[in-house]
This record gives sequence, C-alpha cells and structure tokens, in this order.
Amino acid sequence: MNKYIRTSLAGLLTTTMITGAAFAAGTHPDTGEALADDQTFIYRLGDEHSSVDPQVVEDTYGAEITRDLFEGLMNQDEDGNLVPGVATEYTTNDTKDVYTFTLRDNAKWSNGDPVTAGDFVYAWKRAVDPELSSPYAWFMELMSIENAAEIIAGNKPIDELGVKAIDDHTLEVTLSAPLPYFPQMTTHSTTFPAPQKVIEEHGDAWTRPENIVSNGAYIWTEHLPQERSVRERNEMYWDNENTILDKVVTLVINDENVALTRYLAGELDRTEVPAGQFPRMSQEHPDQAISFPRLCNYYYTFNLTEDGPEAFKDPNVRQALSLAVDREIITEKVMAGGQPQAYTFAPEATAGFTVPEVEMASMTQPERDELAKELLAGAGYGPDNPLSFEMVYNTNEDHKKVAVALSQMWKQKLGVSVELANMEWKVFLEERGNQNFDLARGAWCGDYNEASTFLDLLQSQSGYNDGKYNNARVDELLAEAKTSDNPAPLYTEVERIIAQETPVIPIYHYAGVYMMDTDVGNWPINNVEQNWYSKNLYKRAE
Amino acid sequence: MLAYSLRRLLVAIPTILLLIVACFFLMHFAPGGPFTSERPLPPAVLANIEARYGLDQPLWKQLWDYLYNIVVHFDFGPSFKFKDRDVNDIIAQGFPISLTYGSLSFLAATTVGVSLGIAAAIKHNSWIDYFAVGLGIAAQALPNFIMGPILILTFTLWLGLLPGGGWNGGQWQYLIMPVIALATSYMGSIARITRSSMLEVLNSNFIRTARAKGLPTRTVIWRHALKPTLLPVVSYLGPVFVYVLTGSVFVDIYFSTGGLGQAYVGSALSRDYAVLLGVTILYGALTVVVNLLTDLAYAWFDPKIRY
Repeated sequence: MNKYIRTSLAGLLTTTMITGAAFAAGTHPDTGEALADDQTFIYRLGDEHSSVDPQVVEDTYGAEITRDLFEGLMNQDEDGNLVPGVATEYTTNDTKDVYTFTLRDNAKWSNGDPVTAGDFVYAWKRAVDPELSSPYAWFMELMSIENAAEIIAGNKPIDELGVKAIDDHTLEVTLSAPLPYFPQMTTHSTTFPAPQKVIEEHGDAWTRPENIVSNGAYIWTEHLPQERSVRERNEMYWDNENTILDKVVTLVINDENVALTRYLAGELDRTEVPAGQFPRMSQEHPDQAISFPRLCNYYYTFNLTEDGPEAFKDPNVRQALSLAVDREIITEKVMAGGQPQAYTFAPEATAGFTVPEVEMASMTQPERDELAKELLAGAGYGPDNPLSFEMVYNTNEDHKKVAVALSQMWKQKLGVSVELANMEWKVFLEERGNQNFDLARGAWCGDYNEASTFLDLLQSQSGYNDGKYNNARVDELLAEAKTSDNPAPLYTEVERIIAQETPVIPIYHYAGVYMMDTDVGNWPINNVEQNWYSKNLYKRAE
Repeated sequence: MLAYSLRRLLVAIPTILLLIVACFFLMHFAPGGPFTSERPLPPAVLANIEARYGLDQPLWKQLWDYLYNIVVHFDFGPSFKFKDRDVNDIIAQGFPISLTYGSLSFLAATTVGVSLGIAAAIKHNSWIDYFAVGLGIAAQALPNFIMGPILILTFTLWLGLLPGGGWNGGQWQYLIMPVIALATSYMGSIARITRSSMLEVLNSNFIRTARAKGLPTRTVIWRHALKPTLLPVVSYLGPVFVYVLTGSVFVDIYFSTGGLGQAYVGSALSRDYAVLLGVTILYGALTVVVNLLTDLAYAWFDPKIRY
C-alpha cells in the first residue's frame, strides 16, 4: 500500500477496532489463515454512487454500499444461495401467494433500537409511495406485492399494500400472484428496512454520515462526494463478532486505466481490468487477475416493428447474421477477459437454467458461415441485391471494437454493408426506446438470479423489449413460468424459439474481470450476481 | 473607475440571464431526460418523479420558478441524481477544490512562464533563450491529457513518490500532479508571449532613451520594460484564469480530485438539469468578473488607458 494512503488512513482509524482486535491479532476462525492487523478493504468506484437510501438507490455501486449498511430479510452466501438475514426463516401457503417471515430478536439499528417487522412495513410502503417517487418502485411491482401497482399509480392508498407486521418479529406479505422465487427477491436493496424516525427527522438528508442510522454490518462514517467514502464496523450489528473486516473505503476513479495504475501502485485492493488488458495482467500478475462469469448478457436487437428494415422481417436473414458472428473472435481477441460466448439469451450462469441444445452452438464456425450464406442467398440477398443497414451502439470504446468486428465479419462473409453509428447514452436510450434503429446494441444484468429476469425482455408487452419482438407462444410460456414450480423446461423452450426466430443476436455473456489483491480473502467469485457482503471478506496477513 | 465597474456589472446581469435561458432550452431540447434509463420507468412512477421535481409543468413555468428561486432564495434547485444533496451543496463541495488547484496552477504557470520569457528576451540568442524557447514549445505541446498519464506513470507507478489521485483535504502530495498537469501548457504559452513582447519592448524608443541616459540595465528592465511587456500577457491571462478553473474537467476526472469538473460532466451526461445549469451560471459569472478585472488591470499596466 502506498505510504501516503496508509498515513492518511491511520489517522482515520477510530475506536471501532476494539472488537476487531480479537481477529486482528489472530487467525481466521474457519480457514486458520493469519489475519492482517489492518482489516481495511479499499476498492474503486467507476463513478459517484447515486444514493445509499435503500428505497432510492438505483446503481450497482450504490447498491453495493447499501448492502453493507443495511440488512434485508434474506442474504446471499458466497455461491448466491439464500441465507438468513434479519429473517431467520420463512413459510409460505400452498398457493405461494402469502409469505410469512420470522425476524430474529437480536437485530438492532446502529442507534441500539431493535429492528422490527414495522421497519420493513414502513420501508416497503415507502418504496411504493408516489411522494417518494422511487426510481425502483417498479421492483415492488415485480415482486407482485398486493396493490403495489395501484398504489404507485396513485389509485389506492399506501396503507393497502400487501405487507403487515403481525407482531414485532413476524412479517406477512400478500402477493397478487404466486411467485416461487419471492424470497430471492428480498436480497435486493429496495426491500431493506428503513428507520422511520430518522427519515422523518432529517428528510432527504437522512443518508448523510452525520444523520444515518442503519442495521447492517457497517455504518456510514465518511462521504466526500466524487472522491471517497468510508464505512466502518457497526458495533450494534447482531453478528458483529463474526465480522472480520473493520473498514471499507471506496475511491471514485472515473478512468479505468488510471484505476489500474493506482492498483498496481498499491493504492487499491480491487479494480476492474479494462477490456483487452486481461491477458497481459494475467501473465504479469497471475495470482491477482481474476475472471468469472456474471449474470449479464450482451446482444444486438433487430427492429421488428413495421418501420424496421424490410429485410429483418425475414427470420432467415436474422439467423444468417447471427450465424456469421464469430463469437470466439469477440471473446478471445476483442474483449479477451474470459467472457463466455453466447448462443442463448440467458447466461449459462443463471440459477436453475439449463442451456438448451441450440443447433448453432454445436456447429463449427465454417459450418455456420456456410449456412449463413445459404440462408441469405435464399432470402434474396447477394451481390446483385446487397443487404445494408445501420447498427447503433452507445458511445464507448469497447462497444465500438465489438461493433467494428461484427460489421467486418458480415462484410467479409456475407457481403453485407453495415453503417456504424454511435450515440451518447441518453440519446441512445431514447432512440432505441422509440424504435429509431435498424440493429441496436443491448445488454442486461439480471435483477435476480432466475432466467425470467432475462427472458421477460422478449415478452411482447415488456417495456424493455426494444425490438418489439412478438411471439404468442413465448408470451404464453413466460406467463406459465411465473407460477410454475419447475419453470426450467419452459425457459428451455423459450430459448429454442429464440434461437430459431433470432429476434436478437446474443454475442457474449459478461465476466467480472478484476485485479484483486492476494490479501483479500473470500471474494465470492461464484456469486454470479456479485452480491458481495464486506462482512464475509477478510484480509490475510502479508 | 468605480462608475465603470458598476456599469460593467449591470451589463453582466442581462448577459447571465441570457446564458441561463439559452442553456435552459438547449438542455431541455437535448434528447433524453434525467430519468431516461436502461430500465424505462413505468409511466406512473415517471409521472410521480416528474411531479416531484416540477418537470410536469410547462417549460416557461419551470424557467420562471428556477429564476425565482435563484433570485429570491439563492437556491439553485435539487440534484435529480443525488437525492441527499442540492446544487448549492455540490458547488460548495466541488468549487473550493477546483479553485484551489486552479489558482495554484495559474500562479505556477504565470510565475514560471513570465520569468522564463523575460530571461529568454534579456539573454536573446543565448543558450538561456534557446532553452526557454525549447521548454516553452515542449510545454505547450503537452496538454493536460498527455501530462496526466505521464505524471501518474512516473511519480506513482515507477517512483512511488506521490499518490495517484484523490484530494484528501488538499494535502500537498495530492496537489502536485494536478497542478503540474494543468499548468504546463499554459506556462509554455505565457513564456512565449512574454518573450516576444519583451523583445519588442526592448527594441522600442523609450527603452533606447532610458539606456542612453545611462540607467543600469536592471532599472531599465524592471522600471521601464516590465509593465508594457506584461500588457499582452495580461490579456492572455484573463481567459486562462477562467480556463484553469473551468477547463479542469480532465484533471478532475483523471486525478479524482472531487472538483467541479467531474460534477459538470457527470451532470451533462445524466441530464441533471439543475446541477448543469448551476455550474454553467457559476462559470458564466466567473468569466464576467474575471474579464472586468482584466480590463481594470490594463489601466494599471498602461497609463494611456483610463476608465
């Protein structure tokens, strides 16, 4: 660690190390590894987080911090499995539309108040409150909580939300439709409890370090916007004695190359590896460069509306374009960060999702190219009548590299002429959302670890279905999957239909590509959602 | 001079108003809004959010409310992106940072640039001159986005002497690289302008007269040549001062200083209207004031100019 950072950190260390001292001098209770004296984890944020208010936060960086500061009903373990959080257990009725959570009696807020079922009721009502107008209010709708949609729209009073405190330690949730994966959704920050008294006292400023009261393993002690933030051990946390890491520091570093340099200079314990640099990093620092699958996909979507290109209305043309994409070149040469190639829309890493045997995946690239040529010729496109269209992506070096590679593959193999266009993010979203495109880049990260979070994008009424793909059978299967005990075969069939009709071209699935200090213990690389909790991490002695 | 200054400040009011109105409409006409996101919000949620911030009102009403709040309450409105901060908070946090390293860069660029230019002119065609000219050109060719990476690689990665970014309350270790990165190219320009201006002044009649009456070189330079030499430098410095404060976007982002440049670019990208407008107004007002100061400085440097 750089000595200047170290000196400045030393000055900031407070008495919160007292309970940590038992670990600091010792060894890890499970692994027996020697622990570092300084249990501080420093990582990079690519941008200032939006908020640490559980019902308001809308970005990944903010959600990571919020997950440390607050604790919801359930948590995830290192593999993404559900483990108890504030709730010790839950039960559900036969129809799976009423869930009852039992809350632990030793959970406390950082000011010493007990965490009660009422705190969850308050928080969930807050999330749908039109007055708060949370950008994540839709998540409560997605959870199918009774009356959530009506309350958000202002058509019912907030008190009619299907959540109530039976007593201080029993929370009952009523759903408008059965939802087998409901408990999984309670690991999301929107569902974390909120301290009513503090919020009413301080208003929007309640999340500032000087005002905040939280119930997670850490408390928010310092925040210099656009520069750094610090969260430190919460002495009131019910599992404080098993928490090893004392302190977590974030540094906002917008440029990922600068972040990498600062990591290499020892200022950070973790940073992202810029695209294309992973091979060099893993050669120079094999024990620090890590890559693992994430729950996100990268695709291009066809505009299938009336106004879209005539050619794209022919599934054979769409399939030809998908076939001609050599995904190996994209993942091995362009991104080069261990990303899995994608032949299906939902990533293989998704829980309970079996990748269907898609014909294209088992072919060799020359076979695919051959078939692509045949299909395109069959559709009436060739040297005399060349196919041409425009593809758009949001301005970004990595997306540009991928787009250039794709357009070259299509040109060389199929003689298709493609015009590339990039747009600034918000303009891009607006244009894509209004179907002002031929072929547009898309990417999606799962909101929860279940295939529907991806496949719902291709449901005809979905607000995220930018290509306006419309297949009655797909809609039917997805609706059925919502309430099914075993939705996996239904998802497999949806993927088969998508592979046949090709409304989208899946390119690759994301990988988490990090430089991680070898001192950091227990980073959950198997948690594909990357829902990590600082309380489960530790720093080994050097 | 007081009357002149007051007159200039009065003229500044409509100028800034015009700036606000122009920015306001440009901003609203840009595609995408503050709540356009990858996950399009359900209409009901979007309607709630827009109602909360008054974005459901007609544009003229929004503009009127905005101006009213500034004039009456000195309130530049809420940030749409950061719920627990408003524009006043964001400026109060970022501006002192930008101002600190901006002023230091300005000071460094001016003192080093002017000294280099004067030395080069006095020792015209000597090795000092060649060295100063060479350094000036090299520095001018190194904009901050080239200097940034060079500095970080050298001082942070290879030598391990300085932290690679951050602010830490403005401790000196954190200031060095941002100041050098920002000051270098301006320093080069200032050196060149000073040198050519000094050479011209040294060849003018009143200097020949001063020398002819037997004044020592030092007096000739300091008492007679310096002031007229600096006149063109000052007209260059006015805009530079505003540039180092406003044009520091790259430095802010590259060195993660937490200055206003980061907030400015961020607000433009996220369509955080109030933050974008607030910072624009600040920069506009700053330009007006600095221009006035520059004009007033002319009178001191050149007795022929009177207001």
